[in-house]
Amino acid sequence: MKEEIIIAGFGGQGVLSMGKILAYSGLMENKEVSWMPSYGPEQRGGTANVTVILSDERISSPVLNAFDIAIILNQPSLEKFESKVKPGGILIYDGYGIHHAPTRTDIDIYRIDAMDAATEMNNTKAFNMIVLGGLLKIKPMVSLENVLKGLKKSLPERHHKLIPMNEQAILKGMELIKKA
Amino acid sequence: MAEEVKLMKGNEAIAHAAIRYGADGYFGYPITPQSEIMETLMEEKPWETTGMVVLQAESEVAAINMVYGGAGCGKAVMTSSSSPGVSLKQEGISYMAGAELPCLIVNVMRGGPGLGTIQPSQADYFQTVKGGGHGDYRLITLAPASVQEMADFVKLGFDLAFKYRNPAIILADGVIGQMMEKVVLPPFQPRLTEVEIRQARPWATQGKPAGRKRNVITSLELDPARMEENNLRFQAKYREIEKHEVRYEELDCTDADYLMVAFGSMARICQKTQEMAAAEGIKIGLLRPITLWPFPTEAIAGYADKVKGILVPELNAGQMIEDVRLAVNGRVKVEHFGRLGGIVPTPDEVLNAIKEKLM
Repeated sequence: MKEEIIIAGFGGQGVLSMGKILAYSGLMENKEVSWMPSYGPEQRGGTANVTVILSDERISSPVLNAFDIAIILNQPSLEKFESKVKPGGILIYDGYGIHHAPTRTDIDIYRIDAMDAATEMNNTKAFNMIVLGGLLKIKPMVSLENVLKGLKKSLPERHHKLIPMNEQAILKGMELIKKA
Repeated sequence: MAEEVKLMKGNEAIAHAAIRYGADGYFGYPITPQSEIMETLMEEKPWETTGMVVLQAESEVAAINMVYGGAGCGKAVMTSSSSPGVSLKQEGISYMAGAELPCLIVNVMRGGPGLGTIQPSQADYFQTVKGGGHGDYRLITLAPASVQEMADFVKLGFDLAFKYRNPAIILADGVIGQMMEKVVLPPFQPRLTEVEIRQARPWATQGKPAGRKRNVITSLELDPARMEENNLRFQAKYREIEKHEVRYEELDCTDADYLMVAFGSMARICQKTQEMAAAEGIKIGLLRPITLWPFPTEAIAGYADKVKGILVPELNAGQMIEDVRLAVNGRVKVEHFGRLGGIVPTPDEVLNAIKEKLM
């Protein structure tokens, strides 16, 4: 098993932390993992993306030119990464951030209205966990149990009380995702 | 008990490894993309456990001179910075080489010149292995290509620095500093006591007992005849290091038609290039220098008559390629591929460069 994943959006959307939780979940499953961020100097507002690789075998390059899965959370990222999904790969996008839907026909495209759901839940911070839930529904590459363990590892202890809320967001995302 | 496998950034691994090595002091000044080194040390508060000093100095120049002072007392001391900050430290590094003091320096390179960018680069190769500071000196230079090596090279760097009484540097880049990978941290070893330091490092200024001459730590010698003697002693030491401390890794080099020579993060990208090339039936080997000085000259020279061409991919405009060309001495074509100013190339760009420049 080897999944080469790019998560891309605006800084502040939780792109890097979503990747981090995925990486920690992979660690819990004894997989080889790498997490490679790319972002500008600003903490919010600029574009941010992270390459996460989960593999049963040694990982060569943390930097990739093509991806099995692209999780796209804003329009500039779609323009940058739609063409970088391998044929037969998966693209997941959030409907709120994308005004011109992806057009490729040789990949599987899914839509998740995570921003709307997060607003409904009155918790915009749950946005990235809803998206993660959607990903895990399509590709159960790590178990929910290990995601929760990964969350525990990546969050400081003072935030552990937020784990049940995150679990709910993941479950919500699993319900919401649909083929575009 | 076996050490737990952890997931962390390369910068964080350096901080944890320094505490576990039993380092006596860290002196630094924050700069992206390596600030997590000092941040992690501050979070870990080793002064409460091992007694290690962690100090944010008022500048990079102050930090390297604190290292100079600590090293003169025989302590295991270190500093870290990124390219513009390391430029500021060059005077201190030259002084320490001249005073024959061991220390560990970490440079997590970013794009330059000048203040440049915060994105990854390997453009400080010349500065690190050809000088940087003034005078005929050399830095033992380790180039990690994984988070595990970031952790492991702290001990290796300190050990080599003390063995040869010479500064050692970990030359990493923003990719290796910022990425997270699995790592097994080295075991804890205690800091040396003052008595142990006096025994192991009799050159240190630890207070003069009766019956021996004063230890003097200086790079100054105004008598040119004696200064030449000092220099000859340094050169003899450098030849010893070149003889015994060359380290490199060879990946799929046997039967390769082409060879890539790359270090650090670029060597990781080249491993993916190898996979892509193999799928197309092209055999490309990878020689990864682990020590950039001493350079694996002989190992590279050995491929001059075996491969059809050598590509040197670097995150710079062509620096290490000079040493590769010197090694093969015109016997085989050597070409460069580089991205500049903080751009990190993808594996297919490297493969295309091999096809365009060598095939």
